[in-house]
Amino acid sequence: MKVVVDMNKCQDHGQCVFAAPDVFSMDDDGRLLFVPDPDDALREEVEEAADVCPLQAIRIED
Amino acid sequence: MSGRIVVVGASMSGLRAAEQLRAAGWTGTITVVGDEPHMPYNRPPLSKEVLAGKAPFESLAFTPKSAAADVEWRLGTKAVAAGLDERTVTLDDGSTLAYDGLVVATGMRPRRLRCPGPLAGRHTVRTIDDAQALRDDLTRPGVRVVVVGAGFIGCEVAATAVGLGVTEVTVVDPLPLPMVGPLGELLARALLARHEARGVRFALGAQVAGFEGDERVTGVVLADGTVLPADVVVESVGSVANVEWLDGNGLDLSDGVLTDEQLRVGGRPDVVAVGDVARFPNARYDGVPRRVEHWSIPTDTAKHAARTLVARLTGADAEAAPFSPLPTFWSDQHEFRLQSFGAPALGKADVRVLDGDPDGDVLAGYHVDDRLVGVVALGGHKAAMGAARYRTQLMKQPVPTA
Repeated sequence: MKVVVDMNKCQDHGQCVFAAPDVFSMDDDGRLLFVPDPDDALREEVEEAADVCPLQAIRIED
Repeated sequence: MSGRIVVVGASMSGLRAAEQLRAAGWTGTITVVGDEPHMPYNRPPLSKEVLAGKAPFESLAFTPKSAAADVEWRLGTKAVAAGLDERTVTLDDGSTLAYDGLVVATGMRPRRLRCPGPLAGRHTVRTIDDAQALRDDLTRPGVRVVVVGAGFIGCEVAATAVGLGVTEVTVVDPLPLPMVGPLGELLARALLARHEARGVRFALGAQVAGFEGDERVTGVVLADGTVLPADVVVESVGSVANVEWLDGNGLDLSDGVLTDEQLRVGGRPDVVAVGDVARFPNARYDGVPRRVEHWSIPTDTAKHAARTLVARLTGADAEAAPFSPLPTFWSDQHEFRLQSFGAPALGKADVRVLDGDPDGDVLAGYHVDDRLVGVVALGGHKAAMGAARYRTQLMKQPVPTA
């Protein structure tokens, strides 16, 4: 699975971190870090992360 | 699996419902009916980035999940009636849809002020078309703006207008402080100070009595006789539930659609409600049914309601745990953010500063019986992240009756 985040849209809300902590995290400055090619077993939580992003900045490319 | 689920409402809630019906295993037909001509889009930027011209309207469209690719969209079409005993929905083009399952997702529309005066120049912010029209008016040179209603939308629009260079922006509200309903006094006072420091004026404790102007609005008349000159008026005075189409079915439609703890409507196993039109009890709190207009609610309700409905229609009728979402909201105004987790409105009688101070970045905790029920951060990004640190604690414990 390929995860793409539109960093022009991202406003560091961090909702994705709650939904998919194995894929998304915040650095010490509160900026988003993420795993671009997570294991397919994590699909459900990545979909949840994409759903809860207030800016709808997360896209899953199959 | 055959049969049809009809989703009435094609906004975020309708889309999420359709997607979650597929995720819950429904392989029958899904038909989504919506009165706007647009595919579902994200509304929060309408009062902020889109109004400010920083994001194009096209950037708002949701990307439906591939599992929902075969959903049938009936856009630009309004449901005008439903027969829940007959399992039918009647549309404004005269056609009737028969259903096996029904999802109510018709949402809200802005409440309008009924006092006398011209309509031209007066705006609401709910749809893409609303925001486009308001932006056209706000970007005319030298306009004076009056925002009626100091809630989420009113405060955001006032901040955006100032950011666009509008020099005269006045917010009118009958309450003594902006956003005092969701925030309580401490943070509402801090919010007021921040807006005033950035040039927003306020007329608080004030009622609107009417509008001046012939063809177009030229001023807002307050109950004490004061006239605020205005070329543009924004009415952000709450919303009205779109439930008229459900009349005649014996439902409680007094404030949205009343549901049970599984989001079922009227005790009917084949009808559920999602989004801000649903008035549901939250098992995490006091069990009092409430409508919740936060952005997270469409996704939360859709997931639970879809499971309820699909379990029923496929005969896998195991009763799930009651719906108990953790509420969350945010609001971006000027360069600062409000970020909340939990149910601060329930704990407004006991507000404590958990971090910082109200003149700078601040994190407030809201308590019931000495127990934390919600947090709100006001300030920069670090403050908002501070609120998130309490999320786990708020998730853990259900709260006793307020």
